[in-house]
Amino acid sequence: MESQSVSSLIEVLNLTKKFNDFTAVDDISFNVNKGEIFGFLGPNGAGKSTTIKMLITLLEPTKGKALIDGYDIVNESSKVRETIGYVSQMISVDGTLTAYENLMLMARLYDIAPKTERIKRINETLSFLNLEKHANSLVRTFSGGMIRKMEVGQAMLHRPKVLFLDEPTTGLDPVAQQSVWEHLFALRDTMNTTIFFSTHNMEEADKVSDRIAIINEGKIVIIGTPEEIKAKTGKPNASLEDAFIFFTGNKFQDKSNFREIRRNRKTEQRLG
Amino acid sequence: MFHNISQTIKKSYILAEVEVRKLLHDPTELISRAVQPILWLGIFGEALSKVRAIPTPGLTYLQFIAPGILTQSVVFVAIFYGLYIIMDRDTGILQKMLVTPTPRIALVWGRMLSAGVRGLSQALIIFIFSLVLGIHLNITFLSIIGVILIVLLGAGFFTGLSMIIASIVKTRERFMGIGQVITLPLFFASNAIYPISIMPAWLQVIATVNPLSYMVDGLRTLMLSNSFSGVGIDIGILVVVTLIVSIISARMYPKVVI
Repeated sequence: MESQSVSSLIEVLNLTKKFNDFTAVDDISFNVNKGEIFGFLGPNGAGKSTTIKMLITLLEPTKGKALIDGYDIVNESSKVRETIGYVSQMISVDGTLTAYENLMLMARLYDIAPKTERIKRINETLSFLNLEKHANSLVRTFSGGMIRKMEVGQAMLHRPKVLFLDEPTTGLDPVAQQSVWEHLFALRDTMNTTIFFSTHNMEEADKVSDRIAIINEGKIVIIGTPEEIKAKTGKPNASLEDAFIFFTGNKFQDKSNFREIRRNRKTEQRLG
Repeated sequence: MFHNISQTIKKSYILAEVEVRKLLHDPTELISRAVQPILWLGIFGEALSKVRAIPTPGLTYLQFIAPGILTQSVVFVAIFYGLYIIMDRDTGILQKMLVTPTPRIALVWGRMLSAGVRGLSQALIIFIFSLVLGIHLNITFLSIIGVILIVLLGAGFFTGLSMIIASIVKTRERFMGIGQVITLPLFFASNAIYPISIMPAWLQVIATVNPLSYMVDGLRTLMLSNSFSGVGIDIGILVVVTLIVSIISARMYPKVVI
């Protein structure tokens, strides 16, 4: 699988992250193709967030390497940062600024120039997200779905080749979830944006992903299309949830800590 | 880290400007922050100047402490700035900022500048209140420029220090604890409300290495005397210590996300 295919946007090779004695990510390798919607699944503490943090340059790997559009995540981190967009699991849009100001801040931090181009892209983004009417409202008055869309908007202004989304629909009601995904599909269809997302929601992953990787105890246990993964359980009519349990073992292994849980619940509460 | 200095300065400005916008959306904070310095000057200062317990040759006690109170209010704004990176970490804003191609040091300088802007709003309030109390201050174009520079540098240093502390302690609760523990000693172990000469020897040593003392000293010269003697040294020391904390904190605070 290590053949350097030209259509790969993300190439991960023997990526490893250790915290003292604990191996959070254990020698993983995989590729993600251009324009692919790639679901990254795993129980809490399996190494999902650690992997994403390494890919988005927030954390340096202990061993191995990863390339995003050919750029090395360690040695060419600033190139990588220009290539990617990131939507955090938490609420990363600033409630004390208006929608327009939030977008303008990102447009300026990403050096979108000149000013006329910034304004053009912000207006395009607002209309793409159906938020034009709320351009000058403070974001803290927004609903959960609007907040998530704003975050997608902030992350896509500079037209990244890949968008990383950490649990993008956690805490959203089904209607808002669908609306967020419709926008992500549109982004993929119009700009061939690669979408790399993590989720706990198996139904969602099954529905939207071209391919899925399941990570457990720091290792990728299976990778393939949802159909392939379900078929490999050997059970007829297995759901992705069945497959998830099959491949991660059904023992209880929730390794998330107090801080993460508190943070997740808070995010859910604020979005809901 | 300094590979693209104009880019870094531009980004710092963008980040500080956003903070100012937030402040303008909700200016209540500015008003509530004005209460403390007004109490220090109007009550503590007035009372102690009646007692005449502290020797302040050539100056009234109120004149003497006005620059000290200005320093105090700037430092108290800045020293809690590290809390914002912990809060931004918890809300995900910090991660998002770190994923943009913004130089790390610009994220630090943006914070420092926005603390500086808040500090300048305090300076304005203290200048106005001093005039109300009839405290005679030396107000010339050059002295005002000097005051602005020292307020920005002082705010910058303490913001940087605060960000370093935040990167070490990583949680809100521990940060608040440490913030409380260090602010008052920093203030009392300085020349803010009494001259260093009346302190016991051991405290004089601390006051002399306390950057807050240089901030007070520079402001006192600019605000009260018609000279600039020693101001260059005060500013020089503040520039050096601010650069040092900028570099340390640009290296350390991205680790707060782990």
